[in-house]
Amino acid sequence: MPLEAVASVDETGTDKEFLYTLNFGPQHPATHTTLRLILTLDGETIVKAVPDIGYLHSGFEKLGEDLDFNQYVTIVDRMNYISPVANEIAWHHTIEKLMGLEITPRCKYIRTILAELARISDHLLCVGAVALDLGGLTAFLYAFNERERIYDIIENASGQRFHPSYTRVGGLLSDVNDLFVSQVRAFVKSFPKAHGDVCRLLNKNKIFIDRTHGVGTLTREEAINRSCTGPVARASGVARDLRKDEPYLAYPDLQSSFKIVCSNEGDCLARYLVRMGEMLESANIIAAAIENLPSGPVNIGTDSKVVIPDKSATYRSIEGLIQHFELFMWNRRFETPVNELYGANETANGELGFYVVSDGSAKAWRARTRPPSFIHFALFPHLIEGHQISDVPAVLGSLNIIAAELDR
Amino acid sequence: MALKLDDNIFVSKLDFLANWVRKNSLWPMPFATACCGIELMASASSRYDLARFGSEAMRFTPRQCDVMIVAGRVAMKMVPVMQRIWLQMPEPKWCISMGACASSGGVFDTYSVVQGIDRFIPVDVYVPGCPPRPEQVIRAVLDLQEKIMKGGTIDGREFAKRTAYEGPGDRLGELDPSEVVIAPGNFATGKRLRGLPLVN
Amino acid sequence: MSTEHTTAIDAKFGAGSATPTEFRDNKRLTVPVEKIYGVLAFLQTHRGFDMLCDLAGIDYLGYADATDRYGIVYALTNTTTGERLFVKTFVNDPDPEVPSVVDLWEGANWMERELFDMFGVKFIGHPDLRRILLPDEFTSFPLRKDYPLRGYGERHNFPTVTRAES
Repeated sequence: MPLEAVASVDETGTDKEFLYTLNFGPQHPATHTTLRLILTLDGETIVKAVPDIGYLHSGFEKLGEDLDFNQYVTIVDRMNYISPVANEIAWHHTIEKLMGLEITPRCKYIRTILAELARISDHLLCVGAVALDLGGLTAFLYAFNERERIYDIIENASGQRFHPSYTRVGGLLSDVNDLFVSQVRAFVKSFPKAHGDVCRLLNKNKIFIDRTHGVGTLTREEAINRSCTGPVARASGVARDLRKDEPYLAYPDLQSSFKIVCSNEGDCLARYLVRMGEMLESANIIAAAIENLPSGPVNIGTDSKVVIPDKSATYRSIEGLIQHFELFMWNRRFETPVNELYGANETANGELGFYVVSDGSAKAWRARTRPPSFIHFALFPHLIEGHQISDVPAVLGSLNIIAAELDR
Repeated sequence: MALKLDDNIFVSKLDFLANWVRKNSLWPMPFATACCGIELMASASSRYDLARFGSEAMRFTPRQCDVMIVAGRVAMKMVPVMQRIWLQMPEPKWCISMGACASSGGVFDTYSVVQGIDRFIPVDVYVPGCPPRPEQVIRAVLDLQEKIMKGGTIDGREFAKRTAYEGPGDRLGELDPSEVVIAPGNFATGKRLRGLPLVN
Repeated sequence: MSTEHTTAIDAKFGAGSATPTEFRDNKRLTVPVEKIYGVLAFLQTHRGFDMLCDLAGIDYLGYADATDRYGIVYALTNTTTGERLFVKTFVNDPDPEVPSVVDLWEGANWMERELFDMFGVKFIGHPDLRRILLPDEFTSFPLRKDYPLRGYGERHNFPTVTRAES
């Protein structure tokens, strides 16, 4: 809707003159990037909130039809840009399921570790952003400092701080080295202290609790009816986590090292506490996974014809050269079954699923993303009704809306 | 005849003083849309502290800012918003286009991402990268400071000379004229900001 | 499991209402569009599928062996048992229309708006069917196969601000 026309928003038909319309966004201080809310206010109480999105719509799904499965991983990275590795892992999980490939144990464990690091990174930013929006700058700085250490780990593994484009069909870009193992171990040892720092700042902070307790309550039936997943649903009592219900990657082996964190309250404080709890559980998973990291190859064998061969094989053997040629030439690539499949992972925001329709070539015919942020933002008008303007950043932050996943 | 002054008197040009003051207190307007916004936040955080270079106050209101850092891809729905915010900033102002998407569209050569914000607003410094590392963002701020020192004047006369369109040439030339669909706005009859002339 | 659902659906709606297929671990049912609302309501109330996980649209123009153009997939989840079911229906040009399921699952509200925005499929009974991701003035439906990736010039159709005037 154009920026000027706000009169068209009143759909109740009763144009009460004392109601004030406030435009919140798309450029606004609450750190959740480009989304717009048109709030109808009675004094400071919100009578109606109409979200207007699409300010970051970049045509991701159309690009998915134009790019190879290995090329599209760079785009999928840029969806939930706070935990990019998790998106990549979810994408290739679906593709490997579609093609019927079974990745090596070492690859599963490394992907699990990276997925859990991405989850910690996402929750840290969410919690930091909520604190920042409610006025607590220190928690934001503590959280960002910890995220820098996660960036160091990912940079060591793949070469980029974020958007690593690390996974490939059948494996990873490259294997990890010993420095990665020692960095992860050091992170696991020091993370509880940083977590404790943020907890001490916020958990018993009267201002934080007053601003989040009882605000934006979501009941269990509503959460299910409105398709919520992830921490938003778990904080409302829906005890569903794909890592326990449909285990994938290395989670079947690590079931005993973590629990899922749920709450019955369903308000912003519950969502915050669920996220804080989940971070500690993720640290446990990483600790268990890094100690049991299997050795062996990280990519599946080259006779599957989908894995890019090692450079030494490409340059020194004719089979490697042919395999490389077959995978990169424009009119060759690999073959996929002509069918469609839905595959989902439990990312930090909820269930990130991909519905991939394949026509036999190495490009998807349709690559639909099931975006948790989009579905959670639809909750917002329902959650914020009757609250005040100052509750808007609290509720928005607790839903963890990432504009790129929202708009794609 | 040279002037004999005590040690505690400092003589300079007003322009130089104004430039020095302006460059050392560039308050950014973080127009963060996507992933580059996170790197912008990271470059303002403890490890790569951008506040050391004067960019202490990241005010989210354009009326109080000097530099607009456009971090992230700009979708076509966001262009009027970006232009309105640019026009709301008071002079002297500069623009840093951070990241590949803001500079040229980046990986997103699709129907809804503008291929470079310099097609619509004037840009001073471009930062390549996807996303650029915080050190590159700091480098961009330093480059902008250099640009201000070199050409700045106290009453902003250097801006009045930039009357031409500075973006990539041949904007609509990517498509045959018969294929161009006039939507969303219509170039000839559409609503424009402050009646600015059309630049082709 | 899906055979039980199929038997129950066929018993209630007539034979051939639901055609089951399976691929990897996805169980699918294909339902004709006239019966889709009834089948989905039945699955929600009697078979326990209380969550609509996703609503996807696919344009099959040019796909091998495709008989219909638009495919709409409802991904359902049973939160108590964890079972998943994918219900698929097909619609065609001109005027592709599907009954809306917003009164069954509130989460379908925005998902249907997005499908309308991207494909042009209308949802009968939707409370507020308008574009969600693209500007209201946008005239095309981008995810259709006959729309090019780079668009028809809409993205650059804005005026420029030069330095001297700003």
